[in-house]
Amino acid sequence: MMNRQQDQISLETTNTQALHLHTYGKLDYKHAWDMQKDIVKQIDKGLAKDTLFLLEHPPTYTIGSQRNPEHLLLSAEQLEKQGISVYEIDRGGDITYHGPGQLVGYPMLLLEGPSLDLHGYLRNLEEMMIQYLASYGIVGDRKPDFTGVWVGNEKIAAIGVKFNKCRSRRGFVTSHGFAFNIKQGIQHTGFTGIVPCGIQQFGVTSLEDVTGLTFTVEQVGQELLPHFMNVFGYPEIIHHSIS
Amino acid sequence: MSDNGLTKEITMPQLAESLVSATLNKWLKQPGEAFEAYEPICEVFTEKVVAEIPATESGVMGMHLVHEGDVVEVGKVICTYLTGAKVDASSEAAGAGEKVVNGTGAVRVGAGQHHAASISSSTEITADKLRSVAEQVGMLYNNENAPMRARLSPAVQRLASEYDVDLKNVQGSGLGGRITRKDVLQFIELRGNVTHEALKQGADVINGGLSAVVPVEMKNSQLQYQQNEEQLAGLDQSLAADASSVSLPVRSSGLHLSESPRVPHIDVERPQTVGDGEHFINVTPIRNTIATRMRQSVSEIPHAWTMIEVDVTNLVELRNKWKDEFRRKEGVNLTYLAFVLKAVVNAIKDYPIMNSVWAVDKIIVKRDVNISLSVGTEDSVMVPVIKKADQKNIAGLAREIDDLARRTREGKLTLEDMQGGTFTFNNTGSFGSIQSYPIINYPQAAIITFESIVKRPVVINDMIGVRSMANMCLSLDHRILDGVICGRFLQRVKENLESYNSDTKLY
Repeated sequence: MMNRQQDQISLETTNTQALHLHTYGKLDYKHAWDMQKDIVKQIDKGLAKDTLFLLEHPPTYTIGSQRNPEHLLLSAEQLEKQGISVYEIDRGGDITYHGPGQLVGYPMLLLEGPSLDLHGYLRNLEEMMIQYLASYGIVGDRKPDFTGVWVGNEKIAAIGVKFNKCRSRRGFVTSHGFAFNIKQGIQHTGFTGIVPCGIQQFGVTSLEDVTGLTFTVEQVGQELLPHFMNVFGYPEIIHHSIS
Repeated sequence: MSDNGLTKEITMPQLAESLVSATLNKWLKQPGEAFEAYEPICEVFTEKVVAEIPATESGVMGMHLVHEGDVVEVGKVICTYLTGAKVDASSEAAGAGEKVVNGTGAVRVGAGQHHAASISSSTEITADKLRSVAEQVGMLYNNENAPMRARLSPAVQRLASEYDVDLKNVQGSGLGGRITRKDVLQFIELRGNVTHEALKQGADVINGGLSAVVPVEMKNSQLQYQQNEEQLAGLDQSLAADASSVSLPVRSSGLHLSESPRVPHIDVERPQTVGDGEHFINVTPIRNTIATRMRQSVSEIPHAWTMIEVDVTNLVELRNKWKDEFRRKEGVNLTYLAFVLKAVVNAIKDYPIMNSVWAVDKIIVKRDVNISLSVGTEDSVMVPVIKKADQKNIAGLAREIDDLARRTREGKLTLEDMQGGTFTFNNTGSFGSIQSYPIINYPQAAIITFESIVKRPVVINDMIGVRSMANMCLSLDHRILDGVICGRFLQRVKENLESYNSDTKLY
């Protein structure tokens, strides 16, 4: 009500179907990736509907399509010693970190029709988290050249997406998604081993750092959903809890 | 101090990054007193916040090496303590460790008893004897490093002059026999008792209440007492006069002592004697810090001052539109302050030089905009800090303001709440002011005030309308800032405030 932009965006993208939500708690990166690929195929074939995964990963580095090995600052031995897995994957973006204390969301949505706007999808992911931050009194920003959500000069949420071109119809199905830093201290664990997203000059922060409050990753997942539905225009959510 | 390896030292901890020194406010553990690990041993005072220093392990307090009211550098030893498996052993060791303190205490009590005895039981106690007691005490000091006796803190000197105490007669319990404030207070208390006794008995004598039952020695003892007192350099002569002429007011300066209170205190609300033209208020550590900071700011920073007036009619409407719903939803008052602060913070983002510090050979511009918010309490002003105010929206600022103001009133601010401010905002309008000349919160570059909102006739397009107007006043460090930049900055604040309308988002 207080937020006009919110209303405008929900008018732009309106879905008549429900969003299927899968929450996993902690899930291995490879496992989650395989399941994503499977659901993307099913959506392509019309066997599944728009789906959102919410989960946490064990410590993992993923390297996107802009492969810059120099942005990984740790050697193979150091990585093994710290129990961190590394995956080279098929999303956009550079290297990032996933780990405990971070909410990871993988929306697999069918984007089609005349108003198909791939960059608009990225902006909507940002908008959802910006609105969520605003509800806690925090101003989340975009940086023109860097996808993601920023608070001041620090990144609070990373976004990396793959648009999978449909085989059985026109349009795209999205995979990968966003990683939202929740717990304080996450910047000191995983992000010190890399240059996040290849951006040298800016640091990383977390929801707990910027608000001074305490959160659980599950709680943020729950609180984020209304904003996700609002921005992407889903009338309802069908929750499949799998953890 | 004992060298059996059980004696350890406690140093002034680095309570915060920028801390270089702190004032020891109060000892919570006295020499010889046992404490558990994590139990607070003393209170220190810094940046207008009182913090307790906990013990790192259990032990027994040894010597206090600094006095209440002293400013202590970080890392300096503040006290010794004894640690050991057995309490008995450690308390014994404590006795050895602070021989001076305990020894002095015993002698002092002894001396007090002698005083009392000389009055009540006509024991022949001459000034010589009293002197010899004093000498014994003196010897104790002489055995240790007596030179410390001569080092008197300002608090001690002030107290001594207020109560006309000759410090030569006060036994010091501090390091090396140094005289502490407490020693002086104890001395005064002791003297007060004696005086009281003397007064009472003197009155009996004069009123003729003395019957034959009262032995004549009593009178003699009075005289003896007076003589002793006269001979004793320490107690002022008025005491002797007291004993003989009871009805006369006693004091000539400072606190009125006609009642000989056991614990000296100053009643601020009601002057103790009708006709007194003045009374005294103790300068609290907070008051002292404010005074120091203000003087430092005014003497170091060349202040300049400027003011703008802002049309806040739309802001008044906007706030009225949301205040009830906000109160219901957030449980927090949506004050004008949040809107004004947002306008100021956004202007600082456009003119970052406002957010800086003069460092002689350079100007340090701070990246984060941390707003020090002046919050008045009954007897002081606190400036808790809204950290990273540039990252908060209006709702977020409203919550922070509410939280800080509430905790200030409840006295629950932490050291961290007070630190890191880069620019100060003072809502002087809340006391009805329409114009003020604030002093910069040292070492910041500027301070801004928001004055009362008043309805005034204003000329708009050559017509007169009634608008809600408010002044904003800015004091600036003229070493860093000039009229041009501050004029632009204030103009931006004005634009930001006047561009609020009913569509402005709170979130």
